[in-house]
Amino acid sequence: MLQLNNICKKFNKNSSDEKLIFENLNLHIKKGEFVVIVGGNGAGKSTLMNLISGSIFPDNGDIFIDGQNITNLQENKRAKFIGRVFQDPLKGSAPNLTVEENLSLALLRDKKRGLAFGVHKNKRALLKNGLKNFNLGLENRLNAKMGLLSGGQRQAVTLLMATLVKPKILLLDEHTAALDPKSSEKILELTEKITSDEHITTLMITHNLDDAIRLGNRLIMLNKGKIQFDVSGDDKRSLLNSNLSDMFKI
Amino acid sequence: MQILISTFSQGLIWTILALGVFITFRILNFADMTSEGSLTLGGSICAILITNGVNPFISLLISGMAASVAGLVTGILHTKLKIQPILSGILTMIALYSINIRIMGKANLSLLGKSTVFSRLENGVPFLKENFTLSTFIIGLITCIISILILNLFFKTQLGLAIRATGDNEQMMRAQGGNTDFKKILALMISNLLCGIAGALIAQSQGYSDVNMGTGAIVIALASIVIGEAFIKLIESKNKILKSLICVALGSICYRMIIFFVLNLGMNPSDLKLFTAFITAVLLGVPHIKKITTKGVNRNAAIK
Repeated sequence: MLQLNNICKKFNKNSSDEKLIFENLNLHIKKGEFVVIVGGNGAGKSTLMNLISGSIFPDNGDIFIDGQNITNLQENKRAKFIGRVFQDPLKGSAPNLTVEENLSLALLRDKKRGLAFGVHKNKRALLKNGLKNFNLGLENRLNAKMGLLSGGQRQAVTLLMATLVKPKILLLDEHTAALDPKSSEKILELTEKITSDEHITTLMITHNLDDAIRLGNRLIMLNKGKIQFDVSGDDKRSLLNSNLSDMFKI
Repeated sequence: MQILISTFSQGLIWTILALGVFITFRILNFADMTSEGSLTLGGSICAILITNGVNPFISLLISGMAASVAGLVTGILHTKLKIQPILSGILTMIALYSINIRIMGKANLSLLGKSTVFSRLENGVPFLKENFTLSTFIIGLITCIISILILNLFFKTQLGLAIRATGDNEQMMRAQGGNTDFKKILALMISNLLCGIAGALIAQSQGYSDVNMGTGAIVIALASIVIGEAFIKLIESKNKILKSLICVALGSICYRMIIFFVLNLGMNPSDLKLFTAFITAVLLGVPHIKKITTKGVNRNAAIK
């Protein structure tokens, strides 16, 4: 499904601040896997996400999704099959547009945006239904400006925007880190529901080890650009927080 | 009365410019200085076409299209060469100064006695006979209404919505598979198209085109936009885009009225630009000033 082959990435190349992030990183992710990525600051977690989403390009190596080489594909072109939720709830939606307008744009993610009307009454039921599943009362706020919603609500809508058109892969970059515990819990619950209902291949970065243990069916620990630890299946299920904490100390 | 209608008509014609600037400044969030150059470009091209006997209505359209190319250049400078928005606009604007003189062959071109959209209307419709003021009013009103209606529809399309989202949150638009470079370029072209048409209309209404006619135009447009925003709360409508477009028109008319009154009160015309810059700065700063003062009030209340 997703393959990263021999990825190399350096920042500030040829300067005294040169920083090697990845050297020949290989990572294969199967269809339907929910991979949780943990690791200290500077381990390369976000760089990994950015390489997959196309915000940055590797110096060397290839990235494949479903057999298609996307290494040099532009960010907006691969966004057609990659869903993203950012850490900052403000980044995933347009604050001056209404909830409905934001969602309508997301509905068109894999299509060309033309001169047909952007917001369609026929689609309203679909959007309302999507929001209703969240149990946040957002289905009655389609005409509210996005900027008026709380961080948790915005993140919920962003999650829906990322999955309205089913992505081949969903990238969650610490998407609950900026939320209060209750909203964070809610968003994680929704994440789990959507990804398992729709069988979406997912990559999630988190700093919360409890979440890392509870969620997903595969766990990868990155350390200085290398995969230090990679478990899935039963090994992942039997993993304890203390095991992980110990790994961090190495 | 005649003079009031004339002021009002001026407001209508300058609305086209303000609408253009509104697209970049408020919707795209891009301070586009190209507008000053493309206003003059519109005027120059229109003047040279009319003196060569081209139909004035067709000249209007050609001027607009030429100006949209100026927007295209600014867009490419910004999106492909990664030059900052303000600088991209300034570069195009400065380049246009030379181009405009080349087009006209000199620094200004008179349209005296030539056939313009206004003279066509005056001579073509019996009850407008020799009434320049009224024909300016009618042409201004028609162009305004057409522009506002088309823009209102456009910004509701998928593409228009995507442009609004690009201005609002570029990263989100890219994450949703939008080519933001294309959307910025398109918005700049539409904006400058309007500026060009405005320039052509202004040149025809004042009877000449001048290479300096664009100087300060952007501040006039900004003044109109911010004055117009004062009306937003007064209009009850769910259609936010239409509402803000109409407010731009109201702002532009209001601005002309203000100018008319201060000139009547004896202000030196050469001080107008200072005056315009001053009101624009104050109105742009009001929301922030309000924020500071209400914070102060809250803090005092908390202490008590």
